[in-house]
Amino acid sequence: MEKEITVTLNGEEKTLTVEPRLLLVHLIRENLNQTGTHIGCDTSNCGACTVLLDGKSVKSCTILAVQANGKKITTVEGLATAEGLHPLQEGFKENHALHCGFCTPGMMMRAVELLEKNPNPTEEEIRWGISGNLCRCTGYNNIVLAVQYAGAKMRGEKLPSTEPIFV
Amino acid sequence: MFNLYDKKSIMIQECKTSKAISGMGHSMKRKEDARFIQGKGHYVDDIKLDGMLYMDIVRSPYAYAKIKSIKTEKALATPGVIAVVTGRDLEKYNLHWMPTLMSDTQMVLPTDTVMYQAQEVAAVIASSRYAAADGVEAVEVEYEVMKPVMDPYKSTDPSSPVLRTDKKGKKDNKIWHWEVGDKEKTDKLFETAEVTVKQEIYVPRIHVASIETCGCVADYDKVNNYLTMYMTTQAPHAIRTVIALVAGHVGLTEEKIRVVSPDIGGGFGGKVPVYPGYVIAIAVSFLVGKPIKWIEDRSENLQADSFARDYHITAEMAGTKAGKIQGIRFKVLADHGYTDASANPSKFPAGMFSICTGSYDYDTAFVEADAVYTNKPPGGVAYRCSFRVTEAVQGIERITDRFAQTIGMDPAAFRFKNFIKKEQFPWKSPTGWSYDSGDYQLALHKAMDVIGYDDLRKEQVEKRKKGEIMGIGICSFTEVVGAGPSKDFDILGIKMFDSAEIRVHPTGKALARFGTKSQGQGHETTYAQIIAEELGIPAENIQVEEGDTDTAPYGLGTYASRSTPTAGAAAAVAARKLRDKARKIAAYLLEVSEADLEWEPGKFSVKGAPEKSKTIQEIVFAAYTNHPPGMEAGFEATHYYDPPNLTFPFGSYICVVDIDKETCEIKVRRFVAIDDCGNIINPMIVQGQVHGGLTQGIAPAMYEELIYDEDGNILNGTFMDYLVPTAVESPHWETGHTITPCPHHPIGAKGVGESPTVGAPPAIANAIVDALLPYGITNIDIPITPYKVWKALKEKGVVKAI
Repeated sequence: MEKEITVTLNGEEKTLTVEPRLLLVHLIRENLNQTGTHIGCDTSNCGACTVLLDGKSVKSCTILAVQANGKKITTVEGLATAEGLHPLQEGFKENHALHCGFCTPGMMMRAVELLEKNPNPTEEEIRWGISGNLCRCTGYNNIVLAVQYAGAKMRGEKLPSTEPIFV
Repeated sequence: MFNLYDKKSIMIQECKTSKAISGMGHSMKRKEDARFIQGKGHYVDDIKLDGMLYMDIVRSPYAYAKIKSIKTEKALATPGVIAVVTGRDLEKYNLHWMPTLMSDTQMVLPTDTVMYQAQEVAAVIASSRYAAADGVEAVEVEYEVMKPVMDPYKSTDPSSPVLRTDKKGKKDNKIWHWEVGDKEKTDKLFETAEVTVKQEIYVPRIHVASIETCGCVADYDKVNNYLTMYMTTQAPHAIRTVIALVAGHVGLTEEKIRVVSPDIGGGFGGKVPVYPGYVIAIAVSFLVGKPIKWIEDRSENLQADSFARDYHITAEMAGTKAGKIQGIRFKVLADHGYTDASANPSKFPAGMFSICTGSYDYDTAFVEADAVYTNKPPGGVAYRCSFRVTEAVQGIERITDRFAQTIGMDPAAFRFKNFIKKEQFPWKSPTGWSYDSGDYQLALHKAMDVIGYDDLRKEQVEKRKKGEIMGIGICSFTEVVGAGPSKDFDILGIKMFDSAEIRVHPTGKALARFGTKSQGQGHETTYAQIIAEELGIPAENIQVEEGDTDTAPYGLGTYASRSTPTAGAAAAVAARKLRDKARKIAAYLLEVSEADLEWEPGKFSVKGAPEKSKTIQEIVFAAYTNHPPGMEAGFEATHYYDPPNLTFPFGSYICVVDIDKETCEIKVRRFVAIDDCGNIINPMIVQGQVHGGLTQGIAPAMYEELIYDEDGNILNGTFMDYLVPTAVESPHWETGHTITPCPHHPIGAKGVGESPTVGAPPAIANAIVDALLPYGITNIDIPITPYKVWKALKEKGVVKAI
């Protein structure tokens, strides 16, 4: 009944034997012990479990581990490189785009693909782009700023100020 | 129409410390973020212990039913399943009931009757999460279904069954009656007043829906008779005491219990109560001697964990034709569900609802509330709200608008005419509160200036001529937070102080521990900034810890915007004790008298000879290496802060909406929030709190409500139909502030976390009703959906059914 699969998690190849019904998010969190990917719902609405599967952002609670066989998975633990934080990680910290931090990994993984497809998104495009991910803490204003900041950094442009703007 | 406020009169808070020190007023980036952005947050579901077993829960499909039998054979035969626990099993140890925080009682697991849908019926223990879920599917429960009581108004009818038959002699479904104010004087006023208005206002049952659900790992060590309870709790110390009170009889006394609250993925009041799952996990771990992990699914969390609000308010206001408010009369029916599992201070069964007299100057009020049992899940938690303040503000700010509309007065002008004036503080409210400070006129002036109020009103006139629907809504709220002074505030008898302990190491770096527990508020940064302000030690060098009862000083936890007013104050006072000690050491080192020294953040210097000075780091080093004879060595201080009064943050919010006449879609065009939370510790974090609270304010105003049918079925118990706003529904918030320092708080701060959640719903509701006023619509209860607007317009013949 169990099935052997091979996945590449954050650049490291892993071969495991899993139940066919095992969800990808549980493979990542429990079998591979990478707990940065979170679970916030049971209906694929919240996006806390978002990871990249062969570069595409997916909700890992809605995919079976066996469907990831032979594929590359990138989680929040794989975002930073030897050179330092990913521009999105920097953007989230600099713009106070997280409070409790629970939705943050999924939100950033979603934004990775968003910026890849649209390197210079408008506020509205960002809002629609992350609308599959729920955040209960931040009110989203600063997540928009964080994605814009990361976009500017990835485009090699001058970084926007991260001082809070009050009316 | 209005004079612009004098911009110079807004006090700007100056930073007294350099950016390197980052005391109060610096938008320091958060220290806790490094782990969260790199996937290194440590939440309860991330905990894995050797030999850990998993627990999953069988829940009732019915709202009210007798349990005829529970068959566990098939479940026990399921691979991986180790045990099935029922109420009868817990009964053997007298662990099948527990107290609620309001001294009511609640089943841990039922022995004979279920009282709400999704109630815990049995627990399955298994070797894996999946096996436990398989076991839940295989447990067979036979029910005898009864007709539930779902309507709180019918709950007290003689025809309704008495629900709490467990309470000896209970003959009805009433929980408590509470009142405050002068009934006779108020009734007399309403008989004689020129104008009275009355409005039924429902504040719907909603859910905190933090993105992390609740859960725990109960780890009982049989050899040492020691329980470590990792759990999603906002109040770890209080929980430790509750566990000791409940389980003391089986040998779990308080010194044998350690509660650890790791990183929490949002709390908002929902992680204050004790849920049955926690207790079952402890009981099972105690019996089998292995760690038990229990993590709720989202649907379980929405359907069974404590709800918030659910207040049916009858609001009345009396005043003059010229627009002077003279008094209010509020009557509330509170639906608490199966048990009163609120988390209010003991003396205040309706929380701080009596703040419902609002921001206005009058001396007559009578407020009463009745709570009843129904077959809904229990609760009444203070969801990002200082115990029923959200309900109070919805009541007063809606009835204020209704009154202004009735006499044909602009709602802003009406508010200005009635505001408590700056010079009237401290102000005694007709329901007994002593408002510490405020400048309500300034906040509303600023909000109107920023949004361009007069121009918007002109635009509205033009739009109305063209048949377009646009509305402007104001909310000028007064909050009451920071519970609280020990003379009035306790939970289960424990006074609501909070604590800080500061240890400065020989090299001048510090560790500070608190009785509170951040769930995203940024305490690791802001507490460090308070200490940096007082001692001049860079905030970067101050490590903040909370949440472990073995190491942190005792405190009542984080909810009701109490952390800054209580533990934040404790941090400042403890730091000042250390500064006093530092002064003595500096005098000794510089060979001058203490009076000859002056302090600037980070150093003492000799008056008139500034080149003679000692930095705080040099002084601390001396405390360990060269302390004055007769002085206690070391550099540590602890303080338990008992606030002299509550704090009263306030603000004025203005919302502009456009409504599509065809689809009745409501668009929030602009929303300006001007908050006054006293002195600000970290402007970036304050703004972040306001943004988040505003989105949690638009949620009940336009999207969220837990809805039940008459058979007790929840109709929207998942994230597919319980509509938490996304980035698309959430508008671009515009925020600003005025600063009126709190006169009694050591650093002049008031707390901010919940102001926006409290202030946003009435601003939005007032805007939508303002938009619909030309059609004779004077009220729609929140959440105001396009369907409700369409229905109201259809009733008025404005739109036709297609």
